[in-house]
Amino acid sequence: MTRRVLILGGGTGGTLVANRLRRMFTPEQLDVVVVDLDDRHIYQPGLLFVPFGRARPSDLVRSRTRQLRPGVDFRRAEIDQVDLEGDLVALRDGSTLGYDALVVATGASLMPEETEGLTGPGWGAKAHTFYSLEGAASLGVALSRFERGRLVVNVVDMPIKCPVAPLEFAFLADWFLTRKGIRHLVDITFVTSLDGAFTKEVCNRELSSLLEAKRIEVVTEFNTGQVDSAGGRLVSYDGREVGFDLAVVVPLHGGASYVNRSPGLGDDLGFVPTDESTLQSKASPNIFVVGDATDLMASKAGSVAHFEGEILVHNLARFLDGQPPDASFDGHTNCFIESGFGKALLIDFNYQVDPVTGRFPAQWGLPLLKESRLNHLGKLAFESIYWNLLLPGRDIPTVPTAMPLTGKHLVAVTG
Amino acid sequence: MSDATYAGRTVAVDPEGFFVDPEQWTDEMAPEIAAEVGIGELTDRHWQVIKFMRHEYEQRGAGPTVRVLGRTSGVSIKELYELFPKGPAKLAARIAGIPKPRGCI
Ligand SMILES: Cc1cc2nc3c(=O)[nH]c(=O)nc-3n(C[C@H](O)[C@H](O)[C@H](O)COP(=O)(O)OP(=O)(O)OC[C@H]3O[C@@H](n4cnc5c(N)ncnc54)[C@H](O)[C@@H]3O)c2cc1C
Repeated sequence: MTRRVLILGGGTGGTLVANRLRRMFTPEQLDVVVVDLDDRHIYQPGLLFVPFGRARPSDLVRSRTRQLRPGVDFRRAEIDQVDLEGDLVALRDGSTLGYDALVVATGASLMPEETEGLTGPGWGAKAHTFYSLEGAASLGVALSRFERGRLVVNVVDMPIKCPVAPLEFAFLADWFLTRKGIRHLVDITFVTSLDGAFTKEVCNRELSSLLEAKRIEVVTEFNTGQVDSAGGRLVSYDGREVGFDLAVVVPLHGGASYVNRSPGLGDDLGFVPTDESTLQSKASPNIFVVGDATDLMASKAGSVAHFEGEILVHNLARFLDGQPPDASFDGHTNCFIESGFGKALLIDFNYQVDPVTGRFPAQWGLPLLKESRLNHLGKLAFESIYWNLLLPGRDIPTVPTAMPLTGKHLVAVTG
Repeated sequence: MSDATYAGRTVAVDPEGFFVDPEQWTDEMAPEIAAEVGIGELTDRHWQVIKFMRHEYEQRGAGPTVRVLGRTSGVSIKELYELFPKGPAKLAARIAGIPKPRGCI
């Protein structure tokens, strides 16, 4: 009998899981169905470059269905609710889809409405975001007109997609304004809810000295309660203020809204409690979760969705076969951090091992936690790897799913 | 790791003063920890948050973030900042004797 795996969301994680499953099972063995709202797949890492004129919005968008292997069914619809008891998904168009196994891959959504001043008239006067395609484009216009004053980059609160992207934005702004010859007329301030530029110790140290060298001021433990775009100030819940002439704000993130309409599926923020090792939902063994939709202590990054994909598909196949899961995800995350002037850093870590210096994936490889031209080329190469290897669900040569220890300068963790 | 003494008993705390073993915590210790972090008197509203932190920790094994507290504890984020100035999630976790809330990455 043909069974069905229903995949909610056709972004990075949904697409690569669908393609891996389609290669593994014949259409007679398994129906693979993907549901998404539209047919526009956005290469989100490219959003960072749009405000600096280094990427054109239209170049970041491709057809979703074209990224799916023949034999994967695509349903264009809005997901309304999951009925965990009945193994049924209700769509907004009134139809329902049953499943033998479900894959939640609906990512993280921006929730600007949760912060006073990030929606409605006036937002956009002096405050922008680059976390959406429209936002990145309009920020580009504002940045090209920006000539002097204070530029503020603000992360309202964690978790966010690609937690290093706001730092990268600050580094690139420093480079962009220097090249324009107006850096000396601009103060750049990075305002974060965290108690450092980054949560991980060694990484925080390296990034802090880089920020200092680039004369980017850091304001920590700032919990933004209001963004007064017209008045040009961020106001924190404890009454502190940071003034700006141009603000780049990363709004709060949450899970897709249907998650909280589906009893038992999500946590308070709409993310899906997930077994950190098997990638099964804690609510039910026939629900698997990939990418930004999970509540895992791994970064919300495309590289993570890629590493999870291999593990998830293996465990899902075992589940369909009546076997217990036996592959385990180690939390492997790999991120380039663009630092401007044609350079970038690379970090590679997992649940257990924090980002450290050394080389990746081994002695001969890319320098870790150190600015280099090679890493910048790696970052640029990621776009082609994304469309041609990651989304098709292929392995990336020399990049293993389990985090490699060789090449890393491990430090003893104290405490 | 080091020791601290609250309500006449010795407990293990991490370098930032968070309890290593939440089981060692008792209600009587809360006012002393609060005084240490500059909070004078614990009102009913403070206690509502402290109890909530304990409950969340027992349920999920980790203390909630400010954002989750604001949504679920029955105390608004604004008031949380009035009760526990500077960092409600961190301060309330310390007073409630649970480990430091894990940052997201
Ligand atoms: C500015 C920026 C820079 C980034 N840079 C990097 C980087 O350099 N490297 C890196 O690895 N990662 C980067 N990322 C992160 C990366 O893009 C994401 O982690 C990745 O795309 C997550 O994949 P996903 O499948 O979980 O979610 P997504 O790819 O976002 O897919 C979720 C899908 O679910 C669909 N959906 C949601 N709700 C519904 C519904 N109710 N009904 C139907 N469909 C629905 C959406 O339409 C979407 O297509 C960046 C992200 C941003 C925003």
